[in-house]
Amino acid sequence: MAVITIDKVSRWFGNVVAVNDVSMRIGPGITGLLGPNGAGKSTLIHMMSGFLAPSAGAVTLDDAPIWRNQEVYRQIGLVPERESMYDYLTGWEFVLANAQLHGLADPGAAAKRALGLVEMEYAQDRHTGTYSKGMKQRVKMASALVHDPAVLLLDEPFNGMDPRQRLQLMELLRRFGADGRTVLFSSHILEEVEQLARHIEVVVAGRHAASGDFREIRRLMTDRPHRYLVRSSDDRRLAAALIADGSTAGIELDWQERALRIQAINFQGFTTLLPKVAREAGIRLYTVSPADESLESVFSYLVSS
Amino acid sequence: MNTTVARLTVRGLLGRRRALILLAVPVLLLAVSLAARSSGNDKHDLAVSVLGQLGLGTLVPILGLIVGTGVIAHEIDDGSIVYLLAKPLPRWKITTTKLAVAVGASWVFAALPMLVAGLIIYGTKDNLALGYTVGAMAAGAAYSALFLLLGVVTRHAVVAGLGYALVWESLVGNYVKGAKTLSIQQWGLSVAEAVAADGVLTATVALGLALALLVGVASIATILASAKLAGLTLTSDE
Repeated sequence: MAVITIDKVSRWFGNVVAVNDVSMRIGPGITGLLGPNGAGKSTLIHMMSGFLAPSAGAVTLDDAPIWRNQEVYRQIGLVPERESMYDYLTGWEFVLANAQLHGLADPGAAAKRALGLVEMEYAQDRHTGTYSKGMKQRVKMASALVHDPAVLLLDEPFNGMDPRQRLQLMELLRRFGADGRTVLFSSHILEEVEQLARHIEVVVAGRHAASGDFREIRRLMTDRPHRYLVRSSDDRRLAAALIADGSTAGIELDWQERALRIQAINFQGFTTLLPKVAREAGIRLYTVSPADESLESVFSYLVSS
Repeated sequence: MNTTVARLTVRGLLGRRRALILLAVPVLLLAVSLAARSSGNDKHDLAVSVLGQLGLGTLVPILGLIVGTGVIAHEIDDGSIVYLLAKPLPRWKITTTKLAVAVGASWVFAALPMLVAGLIIYGTKDNLALGYTVGAMAAGAAYSALFLLLGVVTRHAVVAGLGYALVWESLVGNYVKGAKTLSIQQWGLSVAEAVAADGVLTATVALGLALALLVGVASIATILASAKLAGLTLTSDE
């Protein structure tokens, strides 16, 4: 069992706090590290892969510190976000060199197996500089898998991939998760994480916002109070009719915007209620827009709850 | 030494346009020495200005700068060093292997052409050509170690290295006497003087001190570079 433990970890760069008192435990299976851009996901992955020291707290792999401990790389495979990878080598040479650097007994066989896993044998004799983004990602995967690691860390692996490549990579990661490996990947796209990971860790603005089963987090996200901005032909009458229903928690008449600011409790209920009420009262709706649907606001709701 | 690291480093060093820059040094030295041979000036003066000033004074430090930073700075810059570092490999092994490649390159592309140039101009007389070659080998190794360290600690290694080689050694070193004691070029010259026949060359730093400083600078630079590499922090694109 390979478990990465992040214990009360903070990391700051000068005056900027990138990761703020985060504790989490990443065990076997697939874990999605979800958060908006700049939330501290890369900082966390860098600390988990031994390329950044925590300013406070400890990051360990099965109780062994990861920072300044090159022995952990026998168990960790890292797929970095950056693309540069000795583009004067062919895919085969690159993966083989990684196997040799690990000091494996039979580097040739290991490289062949790793390239087979990511289905890149067909392009293994081409220089990696000529690869597409998805191909590079797969060869990077092969280089991380060449020593058959128990832990696989991937920093934004789906960035810039087309849908087909994305599906292939998801399939591959699912297999590793099913094998009992500890797989952690970061993403800022909820749907991506949801499709792949049962377990999700959410970070927002450097803080650990939520942790657990994706269904639970999804429910937290959809059940939160939704805010809408509504403009109609008769705001006051519409407000009176809406407040009578239980799915509305509060309505404010915004004089400057000449609009209603509505807080709904029940997302589903409100979205069917609004058009119905408007039709019955003979009121025309000009604008109905969610006021806080951005990912950041969804995340910040999670932080506050 | 790790053969895989060495192989990757050699290919990275020679596989790009940098190989052309490396070849420029021998080509220039040979062209100048052929021209010098056919000129009517005093052969000894010619040898000292071509091998001493152009070779040891300018081309060896510049080549040391190219190979010393070239074996590592580019990989750190583009992030591909992560593939070397995310391995159960002692960091000092990575540093010493890369240093060996840099030293080898400085010998092949600077010291060896200096030997040929010296033989063309001055023949084997007084061991002058051999002296300058051994001096260039010693200086090339020290430059490689120093500039490799610069490549690990700063993103502006080339600028810092040029500052040291051109401003400190060439400018300050030529006018301020004390500065000569702290100059790899002068240490190399001391070695050259010791190898060549008595009285053929003149050096300002005593041989014992020069050797101690050469070895000291090279070892300390290598130790510091390994320590820095062990704690190398990746910067994210975010």
